[in-house]
Amino acid sequence: MTTASSADHPTRRDFLFVATGAFAAVGGVASLWPFVSQMNPDASTIAAGAPIEVDLTPIATGQDIKVFWRGKPIYIMNRTKKQIDEARQVPVASLPDPATDQSRIKEGHDQWLVVIGICTHLGCIPIAYEGNYDGFFCPCHGSQYDSSGRIRQGPAPANLVVPPYQFVSDTKIQIG
Amino acid sequence: MSGPSDYQPTNPLLMWIERRLPILGLMHSSFVAYPTPRNLNYWWTFGAILSMMLALQILTGVILAMHYTPEATLAFHSVESLVRDVNYGWLLRNMHAAGASMFFLAVYIHMFRGLYYGSYKEPREVLWILGVIIYLLMMATGFMGYVLPWGQMSFWGATVITNLFSAIPYFGESIVTLLWGGYSVGNPTLNRFFSLHYLLPFVIAGVVVLHIWALHVAGQNNPAGVEAKTEKDTVPFTPYATIKDMFGVSCFLIFFSWFIFYMPNYLGDADNYIPANPGVTPAHIVPEWYYLPFYAILRSIPNKLAGVTAMFSAIIVLAFLPWLDSAKTRSSKYRPLAKQFFWMFVVVCVLLGYLGAQPPEGIYVIAGRILTVCYFGYFLVLLPLLSRIETPRPIPNSIADDVLAKTGSKATPMVSSVIMLALAGTLFAGSVQNARAEDEVPPSQSWSFAGPFGKFDRGALQRGLQVYKEVCSACHSLNYIAFRNIADPGGPGYSEAQAAAFASDYKIKDGPNDQGEMFDRPGRPADYFPAPFPNEQAARASNGGALPPDLSLITKARSYERGFPQFIFDFFTQFQEQGPNYVSAILQGFEDKVPEGVTIPQGSYYNKYFPGHSIKMPKPLNDGQVTYSDGSPATVAQYAHDVATFLTWTAEPHMEARKHLGLQVFVVLIIFAGLMYFTKKKVWADAH
Repeated sequence: MTTASSADHPTRRDFLFVATGAFAAVGGVASLWPFVSQMNPDASTIAAGAPIEVDLTPIATGQDIKVFWRGKPIYIMNRTKKQIDEARQVPVASLPDPATDQSRIKEGHDQWLVVIGICTHLGCIPIAYEGNYDGFFCPCHGSQYDSSGRIRQGPAPANLVVPPYQFVSDTKIQIG
Repeated sequence: MSGPSDYQPTNPLLMWIERRLPILGLMHSSFVAYPTPRNLNYWWTFGAILSMMLALQILTGVILAMHYTPEATLAFHSVESLVRDVNYGWLLRNMHAAGASMFFLAVYIHMFRGLYYGSYKEPREVLWILGVIIYLLMMATGFMGYVLPWGQMSFWGATVITNLFSAIPYFGESIVTLLWGGYSVGNPTLNRFFSLHYLLPFVIAGVVVLHIWALHVAGQNNPAGVEAKTEKDTVPFTPYATIKDMFGVSCFLIFFSWFIFYMPNYLGDADNYIPANPGVTPAHIVPEWYYLPFYAILRSIPNKLAGVTAMFSAIIVLAFLPWLDSAKTRSSKYRPLAKQFFWMFVVVCVLLGYLGAQPPEGIYVIAGRILTVCYFGYFLVLLPLLSRIETPRPIPNSIADDVLAKTGSKATPMVSSVIMLALAGTLFAGSVQNARAEDEVPPSQSWSFAGPFGKFDRGALQRGLQVYKEVCSACHSLNYIAFRNIADPGGPGYSEAQAAAFASDYKIKDGPNDQGEMFDRPGRPADYFPAPFPNEQAARASNGGALPPDLSLITKARSYERGFPQFIFDFFTQFQEQGPNYVSAILQGFEDKVPEGVTIPQGSYYNKYFPGHSIKMPKPLNDGQVTYSDGSPATVAQYAHDVATFLTWTAEPHMEARKHLGLQVFVVLIIFAGLMYFTKKKVWADAH
């Protein structure tokens, strides 16, 4: 349709075709948005993902608990003196994902390690107090994390993620 | 028609593919080079419209299935959550529900077009029969889809339709049990209907491919009803037919959008917003509008087996149409008698549809029987007879001749159809007067949320929430509303902090805790309004045996007849406010003095607007009962208005978003249809 036989206004005709085509294309793409957006978490899921509070009093030194926030398991570990020392003595530069232990805990609450218990390799749940580093061992592909939740060995590329949280009181934290 | 393609791609990759799988050539010969009669009118665009509707129904349906739970105790709830919480869930649901109606509307126009222009005649019999099969599959799919929300109409529709098969001698009961998967309609039924409802659209798509294949072998019929003979009779499918179809589609989308954005419940039934209850059948059990003519035929015959047989025969008879009408002339344009009777038949179908929605009593039954005879008479007597006695007018030699002749004779007044329409009108009017036993109809009030630009009055929503909290919530739950919702845009307009504070006033049962015990804690925004009673039995025990209904959906679940012709005007004025009118009227309809002839049982109260007038709820609101902080009058009328406004919001929290997006969509679609119109004119300028 490039040669117009009724060539009285060839440019106006082309403009009309381009305008209609462009309008259809833009409108078509815009109308796809609801079909994509509906895949996002719905309002009740978002509301259920509100911050939670966790009481730390039942967790003795050397113990840990697992709580769920937004469907993710969160390890809250009351570390022993030995675990803290191990985490702080290792040279930071030698780590695959360098980070100090201090940067991964809240100051003044040095014994508490709070990490999302999802292996950064492919999403399995590491087991606490297993592996060679007094931390976590992922049974899926053998990644090992230390007592600060940092990757030490295995295929995982990064340290266990520290979720957003703060201490509401000395014995209570709010996650989220 | 479409022989081996001469399509030759120039791109080396496409050539490589084409040598191994000639799919591009197939597409090219089917949808680009394919010769289409140049005299097709806009009734022929409904094929493209139907293709679009099928694709859209499959797309929205697959998405709805991502959020839907096919389980009897969760299905209703999952549909409500999808509408309320999923991003654009309300839009997708409205598209799918109204889409079913639009699909049927388009298919009826498509079928009547085929009937008028004789598109079923040799050599298109198989094409036509495939169409009848598609129509049957559509009916099955539409029915099973209507069951899925698991409301009252879903449940009882499923019960009635599956019971049709019990009319079959000897095997009937076994077949019905087989359909149900139980002793009655229940969870197994819902599960299998969901599975089949997901499957059948793809079967339809498959038969549509055969339908189009058969079409492309025989070639399209056309208004003149003569076959294309020379090049001059046809134009290539692209761009001519594609552009014209797209213009038709864009106009249809405007009509479709009116329902999606402004009248989402116009074609539905209020009873389907009441969750399925196997113990109570709705007073008027009516199928969706597209089944009504057949439903009317079923009810016209006072014998179970004969009624069911007649109903199915009314559809099956279509498959025999090519042999019932043996007239050589295809198009009714050239058949003076067939044309008149065609329009009478259209009126018969519309009237049957109207009767299908009326209660099966009095004049309706008689009219239904007459029209049933007319329906079958048209196919079995009239068409065979006409094809033998009618003298057709001369048909044009070719399509090109038809196009050239077109400028002359236009718009011969269709006398008989005018007469028939007038007749139909009187019948409608007569039946309206006949039917209504003078019940009190709730007076129409003025609502800020009515109409295309309507918005909720925030003050009224906040006051309504106060009335609900202080009065209604003593007996009525509000199960679908979470505290967070009162901070949602388009709602009562509280801040998130206010919603959190509001929530913390409530005690919510939670648990079990580490000791395995349930405990109370203050409410959070994510919690739902707690119900006043722990279960249905407790609610009934405290309320004299009656169950106070959940109020979340009450303004959608209650309605009243608007009658003919009001319901047609309502379509244009977007009247949707039966629910709030009813709720408001009930709250103000209590009267101490019971009129003569009405007896109210012990423990019930007289209400002017309640169906049957005997209501178990005592007068809930009195002047001065709730103290408003904004100085609004503390009267029952004001309370009723505010709480009805609030309950309209709880029934559809996204109403403002719906109307707002609707306006944008309308502007875009109207501009697009305009552009398409001029594009189509430009493209066709060469062809005429």
